[in-house]
Amino acid sequence: MSDIFVSELSKTYEGATPVKALGDIELHVQAGEFVALLGPSGCGKSTLLNLIAGFESPSSGTLTVAGEPVSAPGPARGVVFQEAALFPWLNVWENVVFGPKIAGQSKSEYVARAEEMLEITGLSAFKKHLPVQLSGGMRQRVGIARVLTLGSKVLLMDEPFGALDAQTRLTMQELLLSVWQKLRTTVVFVTHDIDEAILLADTIYVMSARPGRIATRITVPIERPRGLDLITGEVFNGLKRDIMQQMRH
Amino acid sequence: MSELTEKVPSTSGGARGGRVYGEAIKRGALALLVPVLVLIAWQLVGQSAHFAGAVPTPARVASAWYDWIFAAPGMGLNPYLGTWVANVQYSTMRVIQGFSLAMLLGIPLGLAIGWSRLASLTLDPLVQGLRPIPITAWLPFSIAVFGIRDMGSIFLIFLGGFYAIVVNTTQGARDIDRNLVRAGKMMGASSGQLLRRVVLPAAMPSIFTGLRIGLGISWTAVIVSEMVAVKSGLGYVLWDAYYVGRMDIVLADMASIGLMGYISDRLIVAIERKVLVWRMLQNH
Repeated sequence: MSDIFVSELSKTYEGATPVKALGDIELHVQAGEFVALLGPSGCGKSTLLNLIAGFESPSSGTLTVAGEPVSAPGPARGVVFQEAALFPWLNVWENVVFGPKIAGQSKSEYVARAEEMLEITGLSAFKKHLPVQLSGGMRQRVGIARVLTLGSKVLLMDEPFGALDAQTRLTMQELLLSVWQKLRTTVVFVTHDIDEAILLADTIYVMSARPGRIATRITVPIERPRGLDLITGEVFNGLKRDIMQQMRH
Repeated sequence: MSELTEKVPSTSGGARGGRVYGEAIKRGALALLVPVLVLIAWQLVGQSAHFAGAVPTPARVASAWYDWIFAAPGMGLNPYLGTWVANVQYSTMRVIQGFSLAMLLGIPLGLAIGWSRLASLTLDPLVQGLRPIPITAWLPFSIAVFGIRDMGSIFLIFLGGFYAIVVNTTQGARDIDRNLVRAGKMMGASSGQLLRRVVLPAAMPSIFTGLRIGLGISWTAVIVSEMVAVKSGLGYVLWDAYYVGRMDIVLADMASIGLMGYISDRLIVAIERKVLVWRMLQNH
């Protein structure tokens, strides 16, 4: 069964000179699959993610998630933004329970889950901190804990580690791997980092620009659970060479 | 957890606290230096034969001000004995009423204009069209409609605060980070929840800017309106004292207005510091 189903999808931004951002997109993501959208900037990978999230609507084509056409953003599809997009006036705890709280859930319904998600993202000691008091990596942890607490079946991640330093990025990738290992939600992960795509994803869709298209679909033949030591392995490097070749064409 | 950068200032120890205290005294002394010199020069010039009488000396102003505050009220012949507190209260009450009205209408209206395209298209032109009319130009209209009563004054104070609050709130709601709105929607917020829990707090820094500017204009408005539209308050006394040639009271009155404006501004800043802790930390 396909969890995210995209067919013949295109997106054109109307204007004096219409810009075709995406064309002929075919994307079928299984429930529980980790998919990476990989490509250079301007290839429309973030646009595709925004369409799946419901922030924008397609110009033509089919887009359904769990059988339902996507018409507006909602808690079924949790989004992790590039710059975390936390509410700066709320502390870590208040940010994380924002969703359940506005949905009218009672405390007993969400406290245990929120505590657990803060625990697995390593934030338990920082509940009272404001976002401004946290580093970029810590803020992104809150962004992840927030959508996990939301209980989304599908996670959409828009270059969530793109703005972090190399060291922190590795830590966060490791964290995401272990979280995903536990929860097995469907993930669509946008990145321009080949290493990151191979390390995290089951399937990589390599995209090309102008207009944004899916050029290749690559299955990553690496066993799970995965760890960072994999990055220097033989299979990894072979795959990386292949992808780099394809991205050049 | 080396990723965490702690930005909260550590609680100052005794030695550091002492140094901060000394620093404050030094700054206070420097701030007062020039004003004190001006007062001394003014006193000396005012005492000299050439200028005697034209402008009252600081000493005379201080003594008149003292009597105005503390002296036992006369038999109604001298309105400048012991009536200061009452007049300050009249003006302050009017500012509180007019300014509260300005906040009550200005903040929701500004949020609506900044947030909703429809509200922006229908209401913004009206606000922008009326805004260039100076509040002083509204005086005759206000008296004609409300008469020589409190409401006339309160209306002008409201108007003075209103525009600054609306314009700044609108700006704050418009400048909101698009991803914060998306994050709110993604978590299932309805339009009403977005407005109250995302747009309003995000606009808060701009709203406070509007409140500070608006309150300053409201104090201008109360003085102008009391000169013409009512028969009490600091503005009324100011004009009245001028008519009967009590320049000492005029100056004491001016100083009182400045003092009240300053205190109310500090009050808003103090509230802002409490409400916008997150913003203060950001700017560190």
